Order: sequence, then C-alpha cells, then structure tokens
Amino acid sequence: MQETAEARQPLLDVRGLSKSFAALRALDQVDFTLRAGEIHALLGENGAGKSTLIKVITGVLARDAGTVSLDGKEIVPRSAKEALTAGIATVYQEVNLLPNLSVAQNLYLGRQPTRFGIVRDGEMKRRAAELLAGYDLHIDVAAPLGSYSVAIQHVVAIARAVDLSARVLILDEPTASLDRHEVEMLFRTMRGLAARGIGIVFVTHFLDQVYEISDRITVLRNGRLIGERMTSALPRLDLIHMMLGRELSETTEERAVHEKSAAAPCASFTNFGKRGYIAPFDLELRHGEVVGLAGLLGSGRTETARLVFGAERADSGTASVEGKPIRLHSPRDAVQHGFGYCPEERKTDGIVAELTVRENIVLALQAKRGIAKPLSRREQDEIAARFIKLLDIRPPDPERPIGLLSGGNQQKALLARWLATEPRLLVLDEPTRGIDVGAHAEIIRLIRELCERGLALLVISSELDEIVAYSDRVVVLRDRAHVGALDEHAIGVPSILAAIAADDAARIAEEA
Amino acid sequence: MRRPSPVMITALVFVAGFVICSLQFPNFASTRVVANLLTDNAFLGVVAIGMTFVIISGGIDLSVGSVIGFSTVFVALTTEKLGLPPLLAFAILLVLCAAFGAAMGAVIHVFDMPPFIVTLAGMFLARGISFLMSTESTPITAPLYSAVSDFGIALPGGGRLTAIALIMLAVVAFGSILLHFTRFGTNVYAMGGNRTATALMGVEIGSMTVRIYMLSSVLAGLAGIVFSFYTAAGYSLSAVGVELDTIAAVVIGGTLLSGGQGTAIGTFIGVLIQGLIQTYINFDGTLSSWWTKIATGVLLFAFIALQQGMVRLAGRSRAIRAGGVT
Amino acid sequence: MALALPRRGLAQIAALIVILLIDRMVSPQFFDLRLQDGRLFGSLIDVLNRGAPVALLALGMVLVIATRGIDLSVGAVMAISGAIAASLADSHAWPVAVAAALGAGLLCGLWNGFLVAILGIQPIVATLILMVAGRGIAQLITEGRIVTFTSPDIIWFGTGSLLGMPAPVVIVVGMLIVTGLVVRGSALGLLIEAAGGNARASELSGVGIRTMVVSVYVWCSLCAALAGIIAAADIMGADANNAGLWLELDAILAVVIGGTSLFGGRFSLVLAVCGALIIQAMNTGILLSGYPPEFNLVVKAAVVLVVLLLQSPRLSDLVANYRKARA
Repeated sequence: MQETAEARQPLLDVRGLSKSFAALRALDQVDFTLRAGEIHALLGENGAGKSTLIKVITGVLARDAGTVSLDGKEIVPRSAKEALTAGIATVYQEVNLLPNLSVAQNLYLGRQPTRFGIVRDGEMKRRAAELLAGYDLHIDVAAPLGSYSVAIQHVVAIARAVDLSARVLILDEPTASLDRHEVEMLFRTMRGLAARGIGIVFVTHFLDQVYEISDRITVLRNGRLIGERMTSALPRLDLIHMMLGRELSETTEERAVHEKSAAAPCASFTNFGKRGYIAPFDLELRHGEVVGLAGLLGSGRTETARLVFGAERADSGTASVEGKPIRLHSPRDAVQHGFGYCPEERKTDGIVAELTVRENIVLALQAKRGIAKPLSRREQDEIAARFIKLLDIRPPDPERPIGLLSGGNQQKALLARWLATEPRLLVLDEPTRGIDVGAHAEIIRLIRELCERGLALLVISSELDEIVAYSDRVVVLRDRAHVGALDEHAIGVPSILAAIAADDAARIAEEA
Repeated sequence: MRRPSPVMITALVFVAGFVICSLQFPNFASTRVVANLLTDNAFLGVVAIGMTFVIISGGIDLSVGSVIGFSTVFVALTTEKLGLPPLLAFAILLVLCAAFGAAMGAVIHVFDMPPFIVTLAGMFLARGISFLMSTESTPITAPLYSAVSDFGIALPGGGRLTAIALIMLAVVAFGSILLHFTRFGTNVYAMGGNRTATALMGVEIGSMTVRIYMLSSVLAGLAGIVFSFYTAAGYSLSAVGVELDTIAAVVIGGTLLSGGQGTAIGTFIGVLIQGLIQTYINFDGTLSSWWTKIATGVLLFAFIALQQGMVRLAGRSRAIRAGGVT
Repeated sequence: MALALPRRGLAQIAALIVILLIDRMVSPQFFDLRLQDGRLFGSLIDVLNRGAPVALLALGMVLVIATRGIDLSVGAVMAISGAIAASLADSHAWPVAVAAALGAGLLCGLWNGFLVAILGIQPIVATLILMVAGRGIAQLITEGRIVTFTSPDIIWFGTGSLLGMPAPVVIVVGMLIVTGLVVRGSALGLLIEAAGGNARASELSGVGIRTMVVSVYVWCSLCAALAGIIAAADIMGADANNAGLWLELDAILAVVIGGTSLFGGRFSLVLAVCGALIIQAMNTGILLSGYPPEFNLVVKAAVVLVVLLLQSPRLSDLVANYRKARA
C-alpha cells in the first residue's frame, strides 16, 4: 500500500501553518502532507503542537498564517462543523458522541429517516445495523451507546464520520484506553478505510502501534516540524530521538556535576502503586538530590507524581518520610508532611486565576497552617514580596490577578506557593512547559539552587537534555511502570534514549 | 433513553402504593378514585410534561407556576371583562406563552446564562404581571366552562373521566410521541447528554433551547387553562409553588435532574404518585396535608440518591476502563 | 479591616443611593427620622428593618454561592425555625426556644452539606429536597395551625430595639460583624474564594474542601434560622405556610446584585447585605409611590435580568466585537 500511496497526489496539504497564543508559538511554520489511502502517524510529546495542529486544520482555532488544501482546493473552515462538511472528520479520545442515546440514534442524529415527522425507528435501526456490518460490527443498535466499550464507540464515531462523506479522518489518541483486543478491532477498521482511499491521521503515544499500523510518520516538537519519514525506514531509536532529543546545536544545558556523598533519605515509597493506574514501584528521594522521571507521554510519569503527592490514593505499598511510615490519602496529607506539587496543567490544576498573585502564593501555606491560623495581611505581603523578588516574578505587583500573568511567571508563582511552605520534597511536573526561553533557563537554575539547599526534588520533563542537566538520578518509565534507573554516572541523553528504546526492543522481541 | 429501570421503579412505587391504599381502605380500588386522581392532577400532569423536556435537555424552568397563575387570570379577565369567546382567549394566551418561553430560551442561549436564574426572573415577571392585572379571584361564567365541567365519560364502577383528565392524557400521549419518536425529541436527549458533542454533530443548540422553553411555557399556559376549568376562576395567587411539585414529579418519574435521561410516561406516573399520597391522606382523615410535602421530599431524596448511586457506579466503571489517562 | 469595602463595590453603593434618592422624590418625608420611646422611626429605618431577614439570608447565601453552590432551602429553614421558636416560646425560657430553633437550623445545614459535600449531589438539586420537605416539617411542628405566642423575650427579636435601632437591624449588624470576623479574621475567606475559583487547584494545594463546604451550608442555615426567629417574632406567631416564602430567591438576588458571581469565587459580605437593602429600598419605594405592591415582582424581574446581563461574559464579548466591527 505504501508504494501506491506514494504515487497519489496529496489529499490534505498543509503549508506553513503558524499559531501563537500570546507570546507562545504553539505552531511555527508547520507543513503536513496526507495522501489518500495512507495511515499517517502524527507524533510528539505534550505541547509539541499536535492538538493545536488538528484544531487549526479543523477550524476550531483560527490560524495566524499558512494554508490548508483538500484535494488541491484551499479550505478555510471556521468550525468543526464546516470542516466536516468539507470532508475532514475528527474523532477524539473522549468520544464526542452521546452515550445516553442509542447507537442508531448516534449514527443518524439530525438525519433520521422520518415519515410525517415521526422517526422510522425500524428503518433507522436496519440502516444502522447495515452500516456497522460494513465495519464487521454486529451489535444491538437499539442499545445505548454508553453500554458499549470505548472501542466500539470509536468505531461508531468513525462510521458516522465516514458516512457523512469524510475523506480525511483524524483520530486523536483513539487507543489510549483500549485493551489489546480492542486495538486490533480498531486497526482492522482503519485498514479497511485506508483501502477505500480515506486518508487517516493517527495521533498516539504508543510507538508499537505506530509501527504496527502507520505508513508514514510526522514528528513535531515545540511547535515545529522535526521531520516526515516512511515508517519502514525509521528505526525506533531515531524516532524517539526525533521526539525527545534536541539537535546538538540546540543543546544549551550542560550537565552540572554534583559531587555528593550519600545524602540522607527524605521520603521513600515501597511497592507503591494503584491498580489500573500505575504498577507498584520503589522510589527513594534524598535530600539535596534531583530525581528525573523520563519516559514517553503516557508512560506513567504524571501518574507517579500524583501518587507520590496523594492526589491519587495508592492501593498497595507504603510511604515513609524520614524513615517513619506516613498516611498518604490526599494532597492534604502530603502537604502536612512537607510535600509540594506543581502540576502539569497550570491553568486547570494550578492557579486560581481570579485571585491575586499574593493570594495564590500564600494558598498552600495557609492550607497547611489550617483555617484557624490565618496569615495576617502583613505576613502575606511580606511572603509575596519576598518570593516575587527571589523568583523575579513580573510584573512585581502582588495585587494583580494571577490569570493576567504570562505562563512563565504563573509557573514561578506556583513554585513560590510551595517554597513558602518550606517543603522537604517538591514534585515538578513539566515545570518548563509552555514557558518562554528566558524563564525556561531561570526555572532550571532554580531547580539546581533548591536542590543545593537540601530540598528533595522529583522532576518530570519531556526535554531529555533538561533532565540530564539537573538530575542526580533518572528513573525510566514505560507502559505505566518504572522499568529502570540510571545513576549519576550513567546519565546522558543517549543512555536515557537507549533505556527507553531498549526496553521497547526487548518487549518486541519477547512478543515475537 | 431506553433504559427502563428508573421508570420501572417509579411504576413499582405507584403500584405498591396503590395496593397498600387498597388494602387499608376497602373502597379505594375503584374507578372513581382513579378518575379523581386524573382529574385532580390534570394541570400538574400537563405542566410536568413540559418540564420533562426542559430537564432532559439539561435545563430547568422555575417560571411554570407563575405562568399557570398568569394564564388563569388572563383567561378570566379576557372572557369576563372583555367578553372574548373563551377559545379566542385561549389562542391568544398560548401565543403569549410561546413568546414568553421563547424569550427565556433566547436569553439563556444568547447570553449563556444559567437557566435557573433566567427562569427565576421569568417567574417574578409572570407572577408580577398577573398581580398587576388583578389581585382578586375572578369567577369565570362562560357557558363553555359549565359545558366542560358537565362533560365526562362514565366509567363502570361510578368513575367519570372528565374533560380535563382527557386533556392531560392527550398531552401525555403527545409528549411521549414528541419526546420518543421525533428528531426534536432525540435532540432534547442529545443536549442533555453532552451539549458540546450535540453541537458538533450539527444540532442547532440555540434554536433547540428556544423551542424547548417555548414548549414548556405553552404547556404551562395550557395547564393554566386546565386549572381554570378545574376551579372555574382566575386568581393571580393560584399555582404558587407548583414549579416545585412539577420538578418533584419529574424526578420521581425517573428523569435525571442533570439531564439526558427520562421519559414522559415516567413523569405521568410521578404525578400520579403525588396524587396518590394526597388521596391517601384524604382517605385517612386523621393525617394532615403537610405530610404530602414530607412524603414528596422523602421520595425526592430517594430518587436523587438512587440516581447519584447509578451515576457514580457508571463513572467508576468508566474510570477503571480509562485507567486515568492523562 | 475585616469589613473594608472593596473598590469594586462602588456600583452597588451608588445604586443604593440612587434608589434612596428616588424614594425621597416619591415621598418627601423619606429621610425624616424621629426618636420615640428611645427608638428611631422613619422610612429609612423601615428599609433597614424590613430588609433584615433577606440581609441575614444573604449573609449565609453569599458564602454558599462563593463555593459555587446554592441553597434553595433557606425559606423552608426559616419556616422550621420560626415554628420551633413559636412552639416553645411560651412554655420555655427564651434561650431554650432560641437554641432549639438555631439547633434545627444547624441540623438542616448539616443535611444540605452532607448531600453536597459528601454525596456529591449538585447543590441546586440537593437543597431542593429540603425546600420541598422543609415546609411540611414546619407544618408538622405547628400542626398546621398558626402558632401564636406572647413571650416578650422572643417578640423582642422582631419588634424590640437596642441603642435606638430596631432589634432586627442590630442582629443583622451583629451577624455581619461576626461573619466578617469568622470569614476574614480566619483563613476561611481566602480558602472559600480559592475553592470557588478553582476547586481542583485548591485541593492540590492541600485545602480541605469537604469540611469547608459543610461548614458553609451550616452557616447559611444558621443565618436562615435566625431570620426565621425574627420573622416569627415580627408577627408574634409562626405561619409555616408563608414564613420565608420566596425569600431564598430574594437572598440569591441580593447576593448577585452584591457582585458575587453565581459561578463562585470572590465574594463580599458587605455588598451582599447592600444588595438586600437595594431590594428592600425598591420595595419600600414602590409602596410609598402608591403603586400596588404587586409591581414589586415585575421590577425585581427587570433587575435580575439587568444585573445578570451586566455580569454576563457573553455580553462583554458581544460589546467588544461590536466596537471592533465599528472601528
């Protein structure tokens, strides 16, 4: 199929697409070509620009520059509905159908066959069953969609989109919550559609699946196009390097050599895990040491962080602080024990947008002290002023609503929120994501400083050279499990890449 | 939508209640009692069908009680003071109600405001206007009214199926068809299931919102007409608090208050259950009428807790499947 | 400091002053005050006095709304507490009657808080239950009669006076100060605003949301119970059918007029009370102008709409787009 796909003219042709959010370039001159009948994997870490690209192509977001052509004709859809009319359909991970309606109703919503205004239910069901039979799906179409597995819901969503005359099908992380059997079912559907000449964009973070199904791969990183390759001609290690590594010339961070004798343990977790969330792991965090969590998107990095912070409740194992076992059922417990956590999603999980910088900074400290021991306004002003100065938060106005600050300054304020509690352990999930270059370097400098002051740090980042720059130890994750650790002397971009990919290769070998 | 369980529970509650009443009071199980149940709750049944649409679509309409009050006053004044023929008065009234509902729906959609607060304003407005028209109870003497109240289909066993009971049954049938067998009805469910997805699938949310609140207000207007038949009078204080009884009937009827699920027939049975409680209290003679409210509250809690439990269970199984994907 | 007026309250204060001035135009004696038997009388005092129950309700409601909730049951709680106070007024010492009434309020608040914070039911649905059943419970207590009483101690809550001011006004001021001290004197205010603004972020910062939500509903019901005592004392009896009827809506309206968003977050106690006074000043003005009191509801409806439209983010978008299109 690859050879034939190569010969065809582009079905969807994207040229020089750019999109900025305030100061942040989410997409920078991105090209993307989809040929009829091919399955094209779109890869990249969080924040690489995949979802922005999809949203701009489908008109959910307005583009700043660039062109999108379908079948050689330029299109400018202004909404997902217009894109659908033009022939581009998107099926998201969160299936955008209606679980409370029947399968048949979902397939024919808004275009049910009627007679005298009454829906011809029998006719609709017959047609629905027929349509799904074409996907080798034989289910009771009168049952609510929500009663079926996510895989079937995906196929129904795809069937609806294709039936509405879609020629380009964008599947955004469709396999994220599917088991092996369901993935196979979805892949059969995708292959069938490709054979019918439909172009499929497949967004995923499962590399095995990429190699199993896709003809071609496009990788984005930091809003830029890194490259387009034939899947068959791209070794796995190279692919991971395209996704995670920077070009040598780009590397700005140098590894700081920490010469420390065995530091005192701060917090340790034994056989800590949660079923269906992350496999039990052992993790020891020591004072004055940075532990980096490396792995691809969805490998269990954020899951580890949330478990360590009590945001998810572990169902196995024990946690202890300074050698004493502790209860860790909620973020409240974690805060009481001197933990802090800067989540990845700053806007939804971090800042309280309408409150001031001062209020956001003192929030965790206040929660830790309890309702009955309020910080006086003078104390609050003092704390805010101290951290605004220390972290150089700009503009240096403590009374400004934090929602009006730039991403980097919001991130610094969140760091300040935790530093104000004088934590023993700080968990940072993608602390440099979506931050401009200047603030980026500052935050990395801060991480080193904090470490030198005896704090224990657990840091997640998709930027491998960043991890290399500050980590004393690196834990490598894959498939929601901790699969390896690199100590101080073994840390380096190539060794981490190898650890991520080696494991991959081992698994393939095992399966084969 | 085709999930039968909540309606089945509602129906079971009604049957069990009816059996208990019949065992306790020898002459309870008669067509007379059943026919009276239908007649006494006719207006509630009519307005509750409209509320069912609103709640399934994910909204709420607090204005219905006031619209009923307004309608009785409007009909009474136009027929008695202006001498309009009742049917013409009805027609004008329903058009006014439609405009009123459409306006609320439009405000909700265009300004993206919570339906609760918009219909609250509508509630003040409709009640205020009816107060302004008249604060006294105006008897309606039009010949149509006596004709309607004389009308009745005799049932074996002494019961009499009155005109207003028939109107309610017709509305229930109409509502069932509209809700379950038309595109409009499916769209109502769709909106309550997931508004964004519904819009993405090409349903015009704005026009749907307007039409749903229009339907609710028109049915509230019709309920007002039924109420005026029932009392043969127009009074601006009539049907105060009926919005609560209506919402309670809809919830007891198995409709999910957060939208997306429910049936018209369930609402009908929910209305009958409320009527049954009232009838039981009347038969007993020693109990006071405030027990109705307490019993309704208890049932309301039971059904809400049940729904919450079911939603939780569904959510839990989904969470396990999804495995907390980031 | 704790009760300092935020700068953003200017609109509400201005609205109150404008309405009072209109009242003055309608009734020239509006600003007249006279001292009689050691108590002030006059239309202004009347506005404060009549506005007291809604102001009390608004004090509790504003906290509930700040957490992104709503409490529809406050009217029913007023009826319950009034019924209890009235039933015990003549047979027991006044502290017993008052404590029992407040205790009932406490229980109602715990119930609402339990449903919202522990069972996770939407606030509007959860409090609907007590709104429906509460009035029945009140009638159960009064056995369907209007219970009258003569205990002067309880009656003081409605018609007595202290320092020349009517007792309800004194109670509202007292409660405003107490609530202000509790909320702004502790960290509760900040944590409520944080949780209402972004519950997930607050939880991840270690804020205990459940306890806070329960305590907010309890406080709201306590305020309602106090308002119920005042309402009962005012008519020297408890009318389970009509006590507090529709006042929940006035209270919500007062909070919204006071600038607190129905979507939670920032709140102001003083402005919520100010909102209650605005509503009462309108009512009194309509009464004085000779319009039928029924006109009130229509005006109220208009006010709800205008205030909501002003707060609607969609409207500011539309205005911005319009300006852009013209420019």
